[in-house]
Amino acid sequence: MAVPLAFFAVFFAYPVAAIVGRGLKTGEGWQFGRITAVLSRPDILGVLWFTTWQALVSTALTLLVALPGAYVFARFDFPGKGVLRALVTVPFVLPTVVVGTAFLALLGRGGLLDELWGVRLDTTVWAILLAHVFFNYAVVVRTVGGLWSQLDPRQEEAARVLGAGRLAAWRRVTLPALAPAVAAAALMVFLFTFTSFGVVQILGGPAFSTLEVEIYRQTAQIFDLPTAAVLTLVQFAAVGAILAVHAWTVRRRESALRLVDPALTAARPRGAGQWALLGGVLVSVLLLVLLPLGVLVARSLDGPGGYGFGFYRALGSVEASGGTFLVPPLEAVGNSLRYALAATAIALVVGGLAAAALTRRAGRLVRGFDALLMLPLGVSAVTVGFGFLITLDKPPLDLRASWILVPLAQALVGVPFVVRTMLPVLRAVDGRLREAAAVLGASPARVWREVDLPLVSRALLVAAGFAFAVSLGEFGATVFIARPDRPTLPVAVARLLGRPGELNYGQAMALSTTLMVVCAVSLLLLERIRTDRSGEF
Amino acid sequence: MALLTLSDVTVRFGSRARQRTALDAVDLSVAEHEIVCVLGPSGSGKSTLLRVVAGLRHPDGGRVLLDGADQSGVPAHRRGVGLMFQDHQLFPQRDVAGNVAFGLRMRGAGREERAARVTELLDLVGLPGAGPRAVAALSGGEQQRVALARALAPSPRLLMLDEPLGQLDRGLRERLVVELRGLFGRLGTTVLAVTHDQGEAFALADRVVVMRDGRIAQSGTPLEVWQRPATAFVARFLGFDNVVPATVRGTTADTVWGPVPVPDGSPQGERTLLIRPAGVRVGASAQGLACTVGARTFRSGRVAVLLRQDGSGDAPPLEAECGLRDAPDEGRAVGVTFDAAEVVVLDAREDGGGFRAAPAAAKQSS
Repeated sequence: MAVPLAFFAVFFAYPVAAIVGRGLKTGEGWQFGRITAVLSRPDILGVLWFTTWQALVSTALTLLVALPGAYVFARFDFPGKGVLRALVTVPFVLPTVVVGTAFLALLGRGGLLDELWGVRLDTTVWAILLAHVFFNYAVVVRTVGGLWSQLDPRQEEAARVLGAGRLAAWRRVTLPALAPAVAAAALMVFLFTFTSFGVVQILGGPAFSTLEVEIYRQTAQIFDLPTAAVLTLVQFAAVGAILAVHAWTVRRRESALRLVDPALTAARPRGAGQWALLGGVLVSVLLLVLLPLGVLVARSLDGPGGYGFGFYRALGSVEASGGTFLVPPLEAVGNSLRYALAATAIALVVGGLAAAALTRRAGRLVRGFDALLMLPLGVSAVTVGFGFLITLDKPPLDLRASWILVPLAQALVGVPFVVRTMLPVLRAVDGRLREAAAVLGASPARVWREVDLPLVSRALLVAAGFAFAVSLGEFGATVFIARPDRPTLPVAVARLLGRPGELNYGQAMALSTTLMVVCAVSLLLLERIRTDRSGEF
Repeated sequence: MALLTLSDVTVRFGSRARQRTALDAVDLSVAEHEIVCVLGPSGSGKSTLLRVVAGLRHPDGGRVLLDGADQSGVPAHRRGVGLMFQDHQLFPQRDVAGNVAFGLRMRGAGREERAARVTELLDLVGLPGAGPRAVAALSGGEQQRVALARALAPSPRLLMLDEPLGQLDRGLRERLVVELRGLFGRLGTTVLAVTHDQGEAFALADRVVVMRDGRIAQSGTPLEVWQRPATAFVARFLGFDNVVPATVRGTTADTVWGPVPVPDGSPQGERTLLIRPAGVRVGASAQGLACTVGARTFRSGRVAVLLRQDGSGDAPPLEAECGLRDAPDEGRAVGVTFDAAEVVVLDAREDGGGFRAAPAAAKQSS
């Protein structure tokens, strides 16, 4: 437990505290009056209000679209189900920058809808909402569908035999069993959309700004640190509250449910109604998930001289970017992969140790530690990135010039995924299995190698894949600390999008496609080794 | 010299404030080639006993000796004992052969030696050729056999079995227990088993040790324990319900059921009396104790008849054993006499208050 705690203290708590301190502390001490001052400004209240309602609406829309999907993936067998389930998960690990870019290509100026019907949504809130649904579809399908597929259908049958109608049986038996999972999924979606940064940054334009975007604006553009510090605190409090409720629902979900093998509960759809449901879900997946990705790929190939790899070729040179970069943008691929590998290694060590500590102990302290590990998911990445800059610049922690700074920040987001993936598997290892090995003559180290490792190795790989994918796509913190001559893929995409001109736009699409392919490939590899108990993501 | 000796072993669970004693100064020894079965209801400390011997739990007091050597500093993996877990705990990621060979690998046995031993043991437990099978695909009985083969493979000096047949259905259990006893006899294995099932214990063991609340209530051969239960608890645990306080004078005991004849030479004074159902004779209503037939239960060829003593509402029901043909119908008035040969005067009145109902668990397994 010591290593993860130290890691979080130095690379998370310290930078965040330093930023907040810098904003709220002057020569005369703490200026808590600034909190109320900032919170009574109409523009800030507007941001708060928008952040909250867009998150609520995004969550509701996601549930509306994804719950039928969860049902279909849980209870129906159809050809290509495995591939499709992997595909709908791709958006979740896609960098927010890519999601934003994909929706820009679909809904924005010169986008597909613009060309076909002259409809542009990129300056409306709809673009943000749709992108959020796209992004979080998999969270609901995985969390709710995963449980749904393991619920014993005989429970519902028992209710039917006792005289409940089909709907009543579902409402009284299945729904209560699912409710905690639905609540947990909804809270995760709310958390992700509440703290949304890349998507809103790209699609929101000047009109729409979430807390996170506003923190970025106040920090990096207006240099109004006090306001940024107050907003960070507000977001911190909100995220803390969300996580507390989430932890509570997760605990309730662990209550005794009779679970069965998912393979036993799925069947081929029967009757017109079920086929229509399956069809509807497939169409919604097609429109919502596959179309934006497809358009992104198409745009990246659609150069001024017809379809081709012109934009991709342009990525290879410095001159073509017109001074946006010091190095050819394509080098960002190598940078990203190196950083992500290092970040994955850090996240695995820290997260693995944390998960092991959480397995061995129990009690309130541990539950608090559990929740603490989730915090980096919700605390402003922008704050963390900027905090890194101002705290890790003097001895003994002068890391400003070191390449390790970027992986460290990225690992912070990877750790929660590692813990969430490893914990259920480690907890499921029966302690008496270890004892059985010991009695048969295995020393403690040998027990770990012969019993624990084979059982968790698959989960370890899955965790590594998740950590790799989120590290690859990390944007909020990296944008601050990546050095100009070593941009990562998301940073390069954002920089290209920030420049006018068709070439820059096309290159952004090409680079986003590259990033998407790298992420998707690592995820599809994961899907092959997925464990039965792979946590909540 | 005994292979295993426990002297004064004490184990406590829980914090200081709410402490529970799982083993209370237990003394026990197992001789070489002996099969000892520890019998007791759940929570009597049986499993803890095995864990202490295996080194998985450190005793809070007392010593464990194996071959005369104190084991206090020896970790589990160096004790050279075998333990078959209650729910087998086969390694799910290994096939049958991998499970059986595990202990041999830990001892550094070579590949050929392991393969030969695995084949030998799978033959021994009646699963020839099962080596490459996945453990998840095995039935409960097959898993039990693999677990046994795994525990036997490294030739442990002491084999311990924790509820070895607990999860299997009745028919299989009865067959396997006979097989096991034959197997251990042929191999000369020293066995310490624990179970809550008295049928299993008596069929398997050379010696039975009955435990209660972390203490040994009685120890003896199956016949001894069966014929002369040491205490009312042991009697009830064996499934006897006709256990009452009595005052013994000469060859007659005064009980709630009236005077009951006891064998010559029985201990005198305030005692506890056990009347085996076979010693309760049901006859015509004119003679003996006047009773009415309550419930009847059928047990493979015999009928257990529950009798209510007329005019004495608070006397406990009396259980009698009858043949299928001469079992009286429910509601009939009968007269009851007792056969002194089936009456046992127990040594002491160790649990004076517990005469209302026998423990449910003990009744089920009878």
